[in-house]
Amino acid sequence: MSVLATVKTVIDTEGTARHNLLPVLTSLRSKLGSLSPEILKNVSQIMDIPMAHVYGTATFYSFLETKPMGKNVIRLCRTISCDMHGKRDVLNALEDVLAVKNGETTTDGLFTLTETNCLGHCHEGPVMLVNDEVFSSLKPENIPAIIDEIRKKR
Amino acid sequence: MSEDKINKMQEKINLIFSDCEVCEVVSQALAEDPEQILKMLLVSSLRGRGGAGFPTSLKWKFARQAPGDRKFVIVNADEGEPGTFKDREILEKVPYKVFAGMAICAHTIGAREGFIYLRGEYNYMRKTLEEQIQDFHNKIAGKLDFVIKIVSGAGAYVCGEETALIESMEGKRGEPRNKPPYPVTAGYLGCPTVVNNVETLVYVTMIMKMGPQHFASLGTQHSRGAKVFSISGDTPIPGIYELELGMSLAEFVELFGDGDTKAVQVGGAGGFCVPRKKFTETIIGFEGVPTGGSMMLFNSTRSMYNVLHNYLDFFCEESCGQCTPCRVGCQQLRKGIEEVKNHSLKPVHLDVLKKMTDTMRYASKCGLGQSVPNSFNSIIDNFREEIIF
Amino acid sequence: MKKIKIQIDNREVEVDEGTTILKAAEKLNIHIPTLCHHEDLCIAGNCRVCVVEVEGANLLSASCATPVMEGMKIHTNSMKVRNTRRTILDMLLSEHAGECTSCTRSGNCELQTLAGYYASPDNALLDISIKSKPDTSSPSITKDDSKCIRCQRCVRTCEEIQKVGALSMSGKGEHAKVSTFFELPLNTVICTNCGQCVTRCPTGALVERSYIDEVWDALSNPDVHTVVQTAPAVRVGLGEALGHDPGGRFTGKMVSALRNLGFDAVFDTNFTADLTIIEEGSELLARLTNVLTGDKSAQLPMFTSCSPGWIKFIEHRWPHLLGHLSTCKSPQQMFGPLAKTRYPEATGVNPQKICSISIMPCTAKKFEADRPEMRASGFKDVDYVLTTRELAKMIKQAGIDFDALEESECDSMLGKHTGAAVIFGATGGVMEAAIRTVYELVTGRQVPFENLNITPVRGMEGIREATLKIEGTVEKYRFLEGVEVKVAIAHGLINADKLMEAVNGGNAPWHFIEVMACPGGCLSGGGQPIPTSPDIRAARANAIYEEDASLLLRKSHENPEITKLYEEFLVDGPLGHTSHHLLHTHYTPRP
Repeated sequence: MSVLATVKTVIDTEGTARHNLLPVLTSLRSKLGSLSPEILKNVSQIMDIPMAHVYGTATFYSFLETKPMGKNVIRLCRTISCDMHGKRDVLNALEDVLAVKNGETTTDGLFTLTETNCLGHCHEGPVMLVNDEVFSSLKPENIPAIIDEIRKKR
Repeated sequence: MSEDKINKMQEKINLIFSDCEVCEVVSQALAEDPEQILKMLLVSSLRGRGGAGFPTSLKWKFARQAPGDRKFVIVNADEGEPGTFKDREILEKVPYKVFAGMAICAHTIGAREGFIYLRGEYNYMRKTLEEQIQDFHNKIAGKLDFVIKIVSGAGAYVCGEETALIESMEGKRGEPRNKPPYPVTAGYLGCPTVVNNVETLVYVTMIMKMGPQHFASLGTQHSRGAKVFSISGDTPIPGIYELELGMSLAEFVELFGDGDTKAVQVGGAGGFCVPRKKFTETIIGFEGVPTGGSMMLFNSTRSMYNVLHNYLDFFCEESCGQCTPCRVGCQQLRKGIEEVKNHSLKPVHLDVLKKMTDTMRYASKCGLGQSVPNSFNSIIDNFREEIIF
Repeated sequence: MKKIKIQIDNREVEVDEGTTILKAAEKLNIHIPTLCHHEDLCIAGNCRVCVVEVEGANLLSASCATPVMEGMKIHTNSMKVRNTRRTILDMLLSEHAGECTSCTRSGNCELQTLAGYYASPDNALLDISIKSKPDTSSPSITKDDSKCIRCQRCVRTCEEIQKVGALSMSGKGEHAKVSTFFELPLNTVICTNCGQCVTRCPTGALVERSYIDEVWDALSNPDVHTVVQTAPAVRVGLGEALGHDPGGRFTGKMVSALRNLGFDAVFDTNFTADLTIIEEGSELLARLTNVLTGDKSAQLPMFTSCSPGWIKFIEHRWPHLLGHLSTCKSPQQMFGPLAKTRYPEATGVNPQKICSISIMPCTAKKFEADRPEMRASGFKDVDYVLTTRELAKMIKQAGIDFDALEESECDSMLGKHTGAAVIFGATGGVMEAAIRTVYELVTGRQVPFENLNITPVRGMEGIREATLKIEGTVEKYRFLEGVEVKVAIAHGLINADKLMEAVNGGNAPWHFIEVMACPGGCLSGGGQPIPTSPDIRAARANAIYEEDASLLLRKSHENPEITKLYEEFLVDGPLGHTSHHLLHTHYTPRP
C-alpha cells in the first residue's frame, strides 16, 4: 500500500477531526515506521491542519519520531533508579552488541538504540522497552541473548 | 522482621488490591442520589492521589454543577513521575475497580463518556484493557449509559498535568492551559471534565463499598486514608505497598531501608529530598511531604550530584517549554550545577540558582515548573558539599 | 453584564465579569509590562512577564490571562512581583542571543525596552542561547532563531489572523522552538510572505529581508538611473517610524526625502493604482457582460489581485479557484514595466540602466517582484522592494532632518494620482475606488454617496458586504439596468478563507470581492512600522481617508496622466494588447 493510501485508511478509521490527530500519528508511526515529511504532509492535507502544526505536534511527543528509526526501537530507561542498578553497564552492553552508540540506528536498520524517561518499572530496573515489550531486571550478560531473540522474532 | 510488619500493615488496610464485586458496587452507587455520593466523598476526605491532593468531592461537585449536556470522566493514567509505577500495577491487577470508579463519577456528574489516558510506555496493556472494558460495558449494560475508551499518550511527562492531558487528547501539543477556567467547567472539547488519577478512582470504588467512615478512620487529620506507594532505590524490598498516610520517614526507612539510608526522595523528581537527620520529624502526607507515591531511597554510596543532575536532565527534556520560568529555569539549574561542579563557577552561584527557583515556583504556568525547586532546593540545602566537590 | 469590584494597588475599580487583571489595571492607568500578550491575538500567558500578586495566593498570576474575581486584592509592584519580573527578564535575556548593536530591531525591540526597565544590572544567569544561522532563504522574511524568546506571537498570528500556519512550536522543553514544517527553509514552505509575524515579533527574530545595501549601491552608482515608487500606505506609516504619532500624513515630505536620498525620478504607486482601477474595472465589466449575456466560462465573483500575500494564499490553498482572480497585476507590478518601457521611451533614458525601486508597506511585495512572470519589460520589472521601515532607516542613515523638509510633489508622467488611489491603502479602498469609476462608466453619473465616501465598504469588520443597485445605465451597459451588484470585502486571510469556502461551495452571491491579506489592509502591512494594534490601524485609516478627502481629483478615471498614458502608450485601451502584455498576469497553482 502506498503511503497516501495508508494515511487515508488510518484517518478513515480514526476520524478527521483535530482531536483524532494523536491516534492518527500513533497508528501511522507503528505502521510506517517514523513519521516522514511525506506522511505528515498527507495528514496535513487530509485533516486540514497546517503542515507546521502537524509537525509541531508530532515533535512534542518522544514516541512520534520524525527522523528515520530502526525497525525495532530500544528505549532504555535513564531514570535514577535504573541508573543506580546498573543501567550504564546495560547501555554499554547494548552498544557493544548492536555496534552503535546511544541514539544511533544499526546499519541493517533493525535496531535504534535510545534512552527514555521513567518507564514505570522502577522496582525491577534496569528496564527497557523494545517497541511495546518490556524487559526488566536487565543484566549486561543477558543482553546478547535478548537481542538475538528479537532478531529471530522479527 | 520488617517484612512481617509490613504485611500486617497492608492487611489492615487492603483496599486497593482487595477482591471486590464491582458490579454490586456500581449498582449500589447508581441507586444513590448523586448528592449523596458527593456527601460520602466529603465524609471520606478523599484527596486526589496524583500528587496535588485536590479534594475529590469538590472536583466532582464543580463538574456536576457546571452547565452542559456533554461531560467527561478522564482517568489520568499518564503516570510518568520518576519512581512511580503504582498506576500500572493497579491497571494490571484491579482494572475493574478503576472502571467502577469512572462509572460512579459518570453517574455523579452526569457524564456518558469516559476516557483512560494511558501513557505510551504502557501501550502493551492496551489490548487487555480494551477487552476488559468491553466486558465491563456488558456488565453495566442497561444500568448506566456510559462508554469508556482508551486514548494513548505518546511519551510526554507533562501530559500528566490535567490541562496538558486534555490538550493532548484534543490532538495538540501537550502544553498546559491557563487556569481558570479549570477542566471541571471547561475541559475536554470545552465541556465540563473530571480528570482523576487511577488510584483515586479505586478508592472511590472502595469508599462506596465500605462506607466513607472506614477510609476516613485511616491516616491522619490532614491526610485521611491510605495511599499506594511505589518504593524503589536502595531497598531490599522494592515494589508496591499500600500504607496509611501519616507515617514518619524514620518509621518508613526502618521498614524499607537497607540500613544505610542517607536520603529519601519523596514524590519523585518534583518532590522533596529528605536527609537522614530529618527522617524523624518528617511526616509522609499533606501536612509533611506530600507524594504521588514515589519513594526512592538512597544509601551512602550514592552521589546526590548525580541524582540531582539526573532529575534536571529529565526536567530540561520534559518541560513543555512554553513558559519562561520553567523552560529557562531548568536549563539554568542544570548548567549551573555543572559549572559549579567543574569549578568554572564559584559555589555562590548555587545561591543565585536558589533565588531563581523562587521565580520558577511562583511564576511557572503549571505544576511542573512550580515543583522543580522542591528537589533542587532540598538537595542543595542538605547535600551542598556533594554538589560542589 | 455582571460587575466585579476589585482592588489594584490599593485602588478600587469596577469592571465587567471576565475582564482580565491586565485590562482592569489599564482602567486605572496602571501599566503592567507584557511580552507575549498582543491586542490582536488570543491569550497565551506563556512569557510570565506580566505576573502580579493576588492577596491570599502563594503563586503569582499572569495578569494577561487571569480573569478578575470579586474582592480580589492585587499588587502589581510588590517586592515579590519585582523580583520575579526581574528574574524572568534575566531568564529571557539568557536564552536570547542579544546582538543589540547590530540588530534591525534595536531601538524598537520590546525585549530591549523591558530589559532596560526591569532586568538585573548584572545578570548572573549563564548564557544558554543557541547561536544558529538565520534563515535567509525567503526574499521577504528573515528568521533568526537565536533571537527568539518563544512568546509564540508569530505562531498565533499566522494561525489566527492568516490561517496559514507556516510556523508552529516544535520539540519540547529545552528544544522547544518556533519552526516551519520539518524546519525547512521559509521559501520552501507554505508561507504567504505577508510579514504579519514580523510586525508582531517583539524582538529581531523575525524581520524583513533587507535590501537597503543594494539600493544604496544603486543610488551611489552614477551609471544607474534610479526610479522610485511609493505605495499609498507608506505615507501614513512613515511618520511613525520617524518618531511621530500614528495617523500623520507625510506625502510631501516623503517625496522630498526620496529626492534627498538621490533617486533620479520620484514617482508614485498611486499612479498605477489609478491605472489598476481602469484595467480591473474594465475586466469586471467584461466578466459581468459575459456572465449576464450567457457566457458560462466567465468566472464570478472576481477577486482583486493587488495583495501578493493573498495571491500566494489562494495559489496554495484554493488553486482550482485561481480563475476568479483578476488578471490585473498589482499597482507595484504595473508600475514596474512602465518604468522600464513608457518612461525610457518618453525620456530617452537607457532602460538597461534603470534600477526600479519600490517602497512598500509590505514584505510580500519583495516576493512578488521576484516572481519569474514579472519581467514584462524585458528586464526585472521591479529591482528592489523596500519596506516603509527600511525607507525610514535610510532617511536616518542619510542624516536627513525629515521634519524640516519642505513638501514637494512627485515627478510627472508616472506620479500624478487621485484620492481613489490613496484609499488603496485601507481595507475596502480598492472596492471603493472601483465603484467610484465603474458606477460612473455604467451610468454616466457620479456614485450616489455624499462626498464620494462609500461608507458601507469602509471599516474594520473582517468581512463586509454591500449591494449597489444599477439604475439609469448608459446605452453600452443597458444589460446592467436594475442589476444589484453585490460586493464583499475581506481583510486578514482567515476572513478571505471564509469567502473562499463560500465560493468553493457555490454559495457566493457576490460579483466582486476585495481581499487584502493584512488586517486593516496595506496600512498595516508586514512592512509598516512596528507595533500594530486596532487603535494604530484606525489612526492610519483615518489619515488615508483624510488624504483622499483633501484631493481635488478623487476618481481614477479623472487622472489626466492616466488619460495621457492611454492616448500615447496603451493605445489599444484598457484590456488591449499592450496592457495585456504589460499589466496583466497569470498565476501558479501551488497545492
